Amino acid sequence: MAPLPNKPPLLSVRDLVVEFPTRRGTLRALDKVSFDISEGEVLGMVGESGAGKSLTGAAIIGLLEPPGRVASGEIWLRGERIDNLPREKMRRIRGRRIGMVFQDPLTSLNPLYTVAEQLIETIRTHMDVSEKEARARAVALLDRVGIPAAARRIDDYPHHFSGGMRQRVVIALALAAEPELVIADEPTTALDVSVQAQIIDVLKEICAERGASVMLITHDMGVIAETADRVAVLYAGRLAEIGPVRDVIQAAEHPYTVGLMGSIPTLTQTAERLTQIPGSMPRLNAIAQGCAFNPRCTHAFERCRAERPELIARGGDRQVACWLYDTEAQDV
Amino acid sequence: MLTVSAVYAGSDMLAFILRRLVQSVIVMLTVALVAFALFRFVGDPIASMVGQETTLAERAEMREALGLNDPFVVQFAKFVTRAATGDFGISYRLQQPVMELILSRLPATLELALVSGVAAFVFGVGFGVYTALNRGNWLSGTIMTASLIGVSLPTFLIGVLLIWVFAVELQWLPSFGRGETVYIGNWWRTGLLTESGRASLILPAITLGLYQMTLIMRLVRAEMLEVLRTDYIKFARARGLSNRAVHFGHALKNTLVPVITITGLQLGSIIAFSIITETVFQWPGVGALFINSVRFVDVPVMAAYLMLIALVFVVINLIVDLLYYAVDPRLRVDRANTRH
Repeated sequence: MAPLPNKPPLLSVRDLVVEFPTRRGTLRALDKVSFDISEGEVLGMVGESGAGKSLTGAAIIGLLEPPGRVASGEIWLRGERIDNLPREKMRRIRGRRIGMVFQDPLTSLNPLYTVAEQLIETIRTHMDVSEKEARARAVALLDRVGIPAAARRIDDYPHHFSGGMRQRVVIALALAAEPELVIADEPTTALDVSVQAQIIDVLKEICAERGASVMLITHDMGVIAETADRVAVLYAGRLAEIGPVRDVIQAAEHPYTVGLMGSIPTLTQTAERLTQIPGSMPRLNAIAQGCAFNPRCTHAFERCRAERPELIARGGDRQVACWLYDTEAQDV
Repeated sequence: MLTVSAVYAGSDMLAFILRRLVQSVIVMLTVALVAFALFRFVGDPIASMVGQETTLAERAEMREALGLNDPFVVQFAKFVTRAATGDFGISYRLQQPVMELILSRLPATLELALVSGVAAFVFGVGFGVYTALNRGNWLSGTIMTASLIGVSLPTFLIGVLLIWVFAVELQWLPSFGRGETVYIGNWWRTGLLTESGRASLILPAITLGLYQMTLIMRLVRAEMLEVLRTDYIKFARARGLSNRAVHFGHALKNTLVPVITITGLQLGSIIAFSIITETVFQWPGVGALFINSVRFVDVPVMAAYLMLIALVFVVINLIVDLLYYAVDPRLRVDRANTRH
């Protein structure tokens, strides 16, 4: 269904459904999410808190917290299906083929082990190298992510480093076994504004260097605009729109994305007020019938309230889940 | 910055130890005051030393000779200096130097306490980790339920039950005493080297350690569940580390930091509260000595026991603090150095 170019995508997520069984019924946190990430590409994943961004990342890497589970759908990594792998096989993919960077560098590192111990352990888990080689690799990695005097600082404990430096260490750890895909879950949210750009730069550079693709989860459109090749917009566990960054930012199609873009202040425009989307994202147990966005949408019509829109191809590698763009329906 | 923090770490350590030592001395002096008050004011020391026929004049003379008329501070200072050299006087009941009595009984108590303490720690951590990692399976449930019994049954009842089952009904293990003992060096009488000595140790050790074990187990379980939810465990999993590395390399080490303190303090109370177990099993240790001293109002022994237990707690506390220092690198550096 997705427009596939000749090159097969590195990661392909198809109709992913993640559910949380609770006492009061099953909550559907991700509902039929489909997207691809091609090789070397940076895909930005945006949405409000609770839209399912982080959950998508956790599902891909196979670390959904119970009772959350992949109820249906498929995840393919370079033509190999990985959502139903035995635990041990999935473990070998984590770190080795898919790396992950978490939000808070202050809590991502084990406080009782030195940076060297954590790096060497990770490298030797996935690569058949000696302690000495692993250490040399670790030093090189730290150096690459911009830790000054890496050879000396490698034997320090995490608490010796500042937040920004720790996030560099986390990036080094995520990339230690040279994964093909890095999932960065809000990698800069917990950092000072002054170091956010540096961290994003390091992440982007080092991934580009190694040819690793990136799935960048964030709610910061500025970061997406500067970093991502394509952007996927999530709303209430569903994909609203996906397409090349420039197109989506400059000419958003889904009313939700339009609202999202309108709420970002820019220097060039001198708006009196930023636009604001009325209402808030629904809780998982109160998602409207039809399009999840219809109660807040100014363009909503009957069909939106009855029938859930599928992703509609819009050309130029864009897709949008909105009935406004259903070309087969003549009345719009 | 690195070298600076290293230097700080060194002097920090020394300052830390010194501070702890000073605190320890203060604690010991406070306990000494209580022990001394016990000595001096519980009953009349002269009355417990002399017979019925001693005249009042003789008593007054003795009081003067023993320095009991000196000012309180002088007496206390004397008591402390003597206590510091291990001199707690003569037992009223057994007419032997108190220190000698205690030292001859101490190995029995220490062996019992150490064996049950180590067993409590090993099994406590083992069961705690197992139940934390296998939440919801039937064996974990059984262990957790059984641990409730361990927490709620009083020690003497456990001892009596064990005697009934293993000594009376099954006749596998002796019900009292230490069995055969041999000397190591001049004064350490051990039961660990003989078969009957080891057999005699089992029931009292279980009795003494069961409560501590369940306590440690529940603590380890709760702590481990907490640690397993942390970001660094999630990140360790996301890096593809094996379950073994995640559970035992990362989670367990972080779990044990707070557990060390509790276990250390538990070891103190194992020694202090071995009284009940020693009574039930007629174990010839300091606990039994203390109980007998209470019965006969043998004040010097009671005072010395009090000081001994205080010393044990203080020493263990000191060791625990040092262990903390060794395990947790965050304590090793100057706090100011964590910035940039």
